[in-house]
Amino acid sequence: MLKMIEVDKVTYDYSNNEQEVIALNDITLEVKQGEFVVIIGHNGSGKSTLAKHLNALLLPTEGDVSVKGLNTKDEDKIWEIRQIAGMVFQNPDNQIVATIVEEDIAFGPENLGIKPSEIIERVSDSLKTVDMEEFRHKAPHLLSGGQKQRIAIAGVIAMRPNCIIFDEPTAMLDPSGRKEVIKTIKKLNKEEQITIIHITHFMEEAVDADRVIVMEAGDIVLEGAPREVFSQVERLKELGLDVPQVTELAHQLIQEGIDLPHDILTVDEMVMNLCQLK
Amino acid sequence: MSIKIENLTHVYNPNSPFQTIALDDISFEIKDGEFVGLIGHTGSGKSTLIQHLNGLLKPTSGKIFINDVNIAAKEVKLGDIRKNVGLVFQYPEHQLFEETVYKDIAFGPANLGLSGEDIVTRVRESMDLVKLPFELLKDRSPFELSGGQRRRVAIAGVLAMKPDFLVLDEPTAGLDPKGRDEILEQIKNLHQQVKNTVILVSHSMEDIAKLVDRIIVMHRGKVSLMGSPREVFKEVEVLESIGLGIPQITYLMKKLKENNINLKQDILTIEEAKEEIIKWIRGNSNA
Amino acid sequence: MLKDITIGQYYPTGSFIHELDPRTKILITFAYIVGLFIVSNFAAYGLVAIFVLGCILVSKIPLKYMLKGLKPLRVIIIITFVINIFMTAGTIIYSLGPLSITMEGLYQGTFMALRLMFLVVGTSLLTLTTSPIALTDGIENLLNPLKPIGIPAHELAMMMTIALRFIPTLLEETDKIMKAQMARGADFESGNIINRAKSLVPLLVPLFISAFRRADELAMAMEARCYRGGDNRTRMKQLKMEKKDFTSMLTVGVLLAILIYIRISF
Repeated sequence: MLKMIEVDKVTYDYSNNEQEVIALNDITLEVKQGEFVVIIGHNGSGKSTLAKHLNALLLPTEGDVSVKGLNTKDEDKIWEIRQIAGMVFQNPDNQIVATIVEEDIAFGPENLGIKPSEIIERVSDSLKTVDMEEFRHKAPHLLSGGQKQRIAIAGVIAMRPNCIIFDEPTAMLDPSGRKEVIKTIKKLNKEEQITIIHITHFMEEAVDADRVIVMEAGDIVLEGAPREVFSQVERLKELGLDVPQVTELAHQLIQEGIDLPHDILTVDEMVMNLCQLK
Repeated sequence: MSIKIENLTHVYNPNSPFQTIALDDISFEIKDGEFVGLIGHTGSGKSTLIQHLNGLLKPTSGKIFINDVNIAAKEVKLGDIRKNVGLVFQYPEHQLFEETVYKDIAFGPANLGLSGEDIVTRVRESMDLVKLPFELLKDRSPFELSGGQRRRVAIAGVLAMKPDFLVLDEPTAGLDPKGRDEILEQIKNLHQQVKNTVILVSHSMEDIAKLVDRIIVMHRGKVSLMGSPREVFKEVEVLESIGLGIPQITYLMKKLKENNINLKQDILTIEEAKEEIIKWIRGNSNA
Repeated sequence: MLKDITIGQYYPTGSFIHELDPRTKILITFAYIVGLFIVSNFAAYGLVAIFVLGCILVSKIPLKYMLKGLKPLRVIIIITFVINIFMTAGTIIYSLGPLSITMEGLYQGTFMALRLMFLVVGTSLLTLTTSPIALTDGIENLLNPLKPIGIPAHELAMMMTIALRFIPTLLEETDKIMKAQMARGADFESGNIINRAKSLVPLLVPLFISAFRRADELAMAMEARCYRGGDNRTRMKQLKMEKKDFTSMLTVGVLLAILIYIRISF
C-alpha cells in the first residue's frame, strides 16, 4: 500500500517565556493510504503539534515530514500539500470564514483557483457527503456545534483531499454533536477512501480505528490495533487516559481470577463472553 | 435553606414570530446540602433554568424561592441573591481579566463590599479548595497557566463569594480525562467540606452516576424525570427517546438481563458490577 | 438583547430590486447621493420623494419598517433643523431673546432635515435589499480596477466578510461574559460615568482576548485551506449585469440629468 504520510525522526521545540519546550521528541510514524489512525494523549502531550506538522502549518526543527512524497519543507509544494492533507480544527466557530454555508464551503476551492462551475458542483457534492444539503443557504452562526463541524468538514472535502487531519473536532461538542461528527468521519474513510488521522481524548472514538497511537510528553508511548492498546488498562491509567467501562470491568474481573479475554471493548463482547460462562 | 421553584415558565421573544418557550411550568425543590445533577439535551432548557437561579434571567411567570425569598419579586436586591447562588458558566476561564490570579479571584468578594484581610482570607480559602497553591500562583498572570489551572482559578473566583448554592454548567467541558477527574474530585471534596448545595450540569452520565444524590432530567423545557441515579437510570427507554444515555456499566447489566443473566439492574459503578458478576459466577460454579 | 438590532439589516423579499446586481445598486445609490446634493428646491425634492417611494414599493419592504430606521436618527435630524432655523440670517418672523427664527432659516432647516432623511432612507434601501455578502462582492468588483493605484480591493472585501461573520459570534460572547461577571457581583448598570467605564474592564478584557484568540485560530484555519490572498483566486458566484441592470441605471441616469437641469435653470 502507498504511504500517505511519513514522519521521519521529527523533533520540534520552541521557547516559551525563555523556557525551552520540546513539543515533539524524535517521532517516527507512517500512515498508509486509506488508513484510519487515532492519536490520543492528554493536553500538552504533543498531539496537536504533531497534527500541525502534517500539513505544513508547522515545520520540524529536526527531521522530515512528507505528504504523498512531498516534503513539507519544500516551499513550492506547500499549497499542494495543504490540498492533499486537509485539516479540521477544534473550535467550529473559528474556522468558518463566510456568512453563508455554501460560500464557506466554496472558500477552499476558490483559493485553489478552481473554475466557478466546478466549485458549484463540489459544494453540492460536499454538502451531500456531510448530509447538510438543506442548510446550503443558512447562516453558520445559527447552526448547532455538530452541524458547524460538519460544515467545516464539507469545506475541507470540497478541496478533494486524500487525507484529513482532525484536531480534536469533538472536544467542544455535546454527545449528539459528537456522534454526528464521528459518523461523518467514519463515512469519509469507508465510502470516500479518505485517509483519516483523528486526534481526540475520547477513548470510545478510537474503538473502530485501524490503529491507535498514544502520545505522552512529545513521544509515542503506545501503538497498535485498538484491542492491543486498550488491553493495557494499567498503562493507560498511568498516562491519565480513560478506558471504556467494560474494558476496565473485564480487567478487574480477570484479576479476580475470572476467565475472560483481555481485549473486551464493547458491551456486546462482554455479554457474549459472560454468556459462555453460564 | 433550599431552592424552591414553583410553576416557572420562561418565554424568549414573547409575542413575536421568534417566540420560544424555554421553560414550561416547572416545579421542584432542592434541599439544603443536596448534590443534584441536571441533565438534558442541548436546548432542553438547562441553561435557561440555571440562569434563573441567581436572577440573571427573570421568569415570564412563576416563583423562585431561594432560602424562602422569592427572587422573582421586584423588591429583591439582586446583589444579595448573587451572593447566595454562585454560578460557574461553561468555559469559565474565558471570563478571567485581571493581571494576577489573586486580583481575579478577589473581584467577586470586592464586589460584595469586603476589604483588606477578609478578601485575602477568602482568596486563600478558595484557592485551597480547588488545590491551587496560594503563594506560588497568587501573583502569576492567569493567562500563563495551563487550561485546567485557568479553569480552577475561575471556579475559585466564584467560590470566593462563599455561595450557599453552587451551580456548575459543564465544568469539565473540553478538558482531558485527567483534568476532568481533578475538577470532579475537587467538586466532590468541596461538597463534603463546605456542605453547600451543588447543582451540576453535565453530559457525562458516568460522572453524574458517580457524584450526585439526585438527578433532574430536562426535556423541551419540562422536567421529564427526577429521582436518585438508580431510579433515573432504570428508565433507559425514556432517556434514549430524549437523546440521552445511561452509564455503559448500567447498560451492560440491562443487556445481560436480556440474555437471561438476571443480575441487579440498578448498578452505577464498575465496583458494583464487579461484585454482582463475581457473586453470580461463584453461585454458578457451586450449583 | 444586543442580538435584536435589525436596523439596516438585509430584509429578503425577492423583489425586482433584490434581484439586481449589487454593483448596479451601489452605483445607483452613489448617483442618488450625488443627486441629493444637487437638489436645489422643493419641486426637485418632490421628484426624489416619488423615486424613493417608488423604490420602496417595488422592494416590497414595509414602509413602517423603513421608517423605524429613522428613529435612532431623529435627534440628529431635529438638531439639524433647529440649528438651521436659528442660525440663518434673514427676515425675522419670531424673536426669543437673543435668538430669532428667520424665514430663510425655516426654509433652510426643512431643506436640510429632508436631505438627511432622504439620505438615510435611500442608503438603507441598499443594505435592506442586498445581502452583506453580495454587497461585499459588489464593492470588491467595483474597486478591482483601482488595484494598480494601491487600493487593496480583495483585502478590504475579506475584512468585511470576516467582520460580518464574527459580529453575531462576538455579540453572543459579550452577552455570556457579561452574565458571568454579573454572577460575580459586577454591576454594569449603575453609578456615574467613570464608575460605569471602569465596570467595563471585566467585560472588555476577556472580549479582546477572545477576539485575538479567534483571529489567531481563524488565520490558521484559512491557511490550512490554502488561502494566500486574492491572487489566482476564483469566485464561485460570478456577478453578471443583465438587461434590467442597464435599464435601472439608465432610469436613474435620466433622473439625475433632470435634477441637474432643474438646478441650472431655476
